[in-house]
Amino acid sequence: MSNILEIKNLVVSYGGIEAVKGISMEVPQGQIVTLIGANGAGKSTTLKSISGIVRPKEASILFDGEEMVGKSPDYIVSKGITLVPEGRRVFPNLTVMENLKIGAYLRKDNLKDDLEYVFRLFPRLKEREWQMAGTLSGGEQQMLAVGRALMSKPKLIMMDEPSLGLAPLVVKDIFRIIQTINEEGITVLLIEQNANMALKIAHKAYVIETGKITMEGTGLELLENEEIKEAYLGKSKK
Amino acid sequence: MNTTTFLQYCLAGISIGGIYAMIAIGYTMVYGILRLINFAHGDIFMMAAYFMIFAMVDFALPWYVSLALVAIATVLLGVFIEKIAYKPLRSAPRMSIMISAIGVSYLLQNLATYLFSALPKGYPQIPFLMTNINLGGISTSVVTFITPILTIIFVVLLMQLINHTKIGMAMRAVSKDFETSQLMGIKINRIISITFVIGCFLAAVGSVLYFTPRPSVYPMAGSLPGLKCFIAAVFGGIGSIPGAVLGGFLIGLCETFIKAAGYSEFSDVFTFLILIVMLLFKPTGLFGEKIAEKV
Ligand SMILES: Nc1ncnc2c1ncn2[C@@H]1O[C@H](COP(=O)(O)OP(=O)(O)OP(=O)(O)O)[C@@H](O)[C@H]1O
Ligand SMILES: [Mg+2]
Repeated sequence: MSNILEIKNLVVSYGGIEAVKGISMEVPQGQIVTLIGANGAGKSTTLKSISGIVRPKEASILFDGEEMVGKSPDYIVSKGITLVPEGRRVFPNLTVMENLKIGAYLRKDNLKDDLEYVFRLFPRLKEREWQMAGTLSGGEQQMLAVGRALMSKPKLIMMDEPSLGLAPLVVKDIFRIIQTINEEGITVLLIEQNANMALKIAHKAYVIETGKITMEGTGLELLENEEIKEAYLGKSKK
Repeated sequence: MNTTTFLQYCLAGISIGGIYAMIAIGYTMVYGILRLINFAHGDIFMMAAYFMIFAMVDFALPWYVSLALVAIATVLLGVFIEKIAYKPLRSAPRMSIMISAIGVSYLLQNLATYLFSALPKGYPQIPFLMTNINLGGISTSVVTFITPILTIIFVVLLMQLINHTKIGMAMRAVSKDFETSQLMGIKINRIISITFVIGCFLAAVGSVLYFTPRPSVYPMAGSLPGLKCFIAAVFGGIGSIPGAVLGGFLIGLCETFIKAAGYSEFSDVFTFLILIVMLLFKPTGLFGEKIAEKV
């Protein structure tokens, strides 16, 4: 299976301090890949580098075989990479509909089918089409953030802690949606604090610790791993 | 004061108010998108007046050609200032870019003094605009009459642009969140440039309308009107376009009536008084957002 995304030796520093210290990852076409790690490990920084809003110190990021390092964020979006940012970041002063339309900012074609698709995934958004996004509940905002990202017709959707701060039922919904999206052919790169659920749905998983990849394997392998159990799943060794 | 004089003052008030509104829009839009008080805006307005002198006096071009050239030159100046003095400070602390704006303001004033001398220069006459007209007993000039109309037209067009076009949607998004806007594929530098284009275009139109009935221009001519329009923007709630427009009209009307009552020296004091009272009792202005802080 070919890799849609290949990261080699990604190094990012913020004002001299290295937040990401040379990580390499591969995201196979059509799969769900998850990246788990503690707070401050460098997960968001990795995704931001892929999106082009953070400039890496050095790296090679191949998407569909094309080098993305040094490209502008709008170019990267136009190639089919989208990011659902940490903390949802919907535009509070835009309506739900406008938030979805702005997700398709670079597209010139008709949006009708895609709007219908997003509303099918998230019927709640359809009811609230004209509501200001700032007045949505946290869960609804997360749905909107995912819907907005889908509106760019991505090949790869990256999600930064989509379940953060949501009630368990809503979290389940979000994970179900992630799987649905993936089944429809979109590759997913997922960051999660909720390692348990993320590993269950992931085909492939990476563990990142203070800027370095320390472990990789299939979701199942990591789910069974004793160290992972202890550090990320909150289960002690027997 | 009889009705005719009263109406005459009203018209004069909304006319100067319309000019203030146009300039205040420039302050409020730039603030909305960059959280920057563009202290140079009043001086851009002043430079537009010198451009008009250039076009009409030095090059003897007809007024309508000059008008177009002034608009273009002012817009270019504004966009150039943004690229040179503000863009490199995009991720610097807010105070740095503010200081840069103050620097640009002094730079323009001194540049004008150097190039055109500190002596007032005669502003060209546009006979058509100065023609007297009589509206049911109120005698006034064409410029006084068309200024509020032009203001309303521009404001309506601008609100349409902002609320009902893709560019406008991007402007609203960028004003909230640079990073996420970039993730949508929006080129934020382009949106910021467009904001300066609009603000400077309105400043150019405002400049022509403001100076036409006045005899001359001098390098400091932009600073007091600039300050008043900034106050108008703060009064309306900086960041809000309807607020700036309302603030502009209000300050124009108050000023005119205070002058009419014989307290000319007091009219500017009053404007600053408005600012202080507003900041004391409703710091966010009439239509301001509660917290304008960026996430
Ligand atoms: N803009 C920035 N300027 C300076 N340091 C930063 C910046 N952004 C992140 N960092 C630092 O880089 C490191 C990695 O941050 P990052 O946001 O990538 O972590 P994370 O793995 O996403 O953590 P979390 O799970 O808490 O979201 C942290 O130490 C953080 O303080
Ligand atoms: Mg993070």
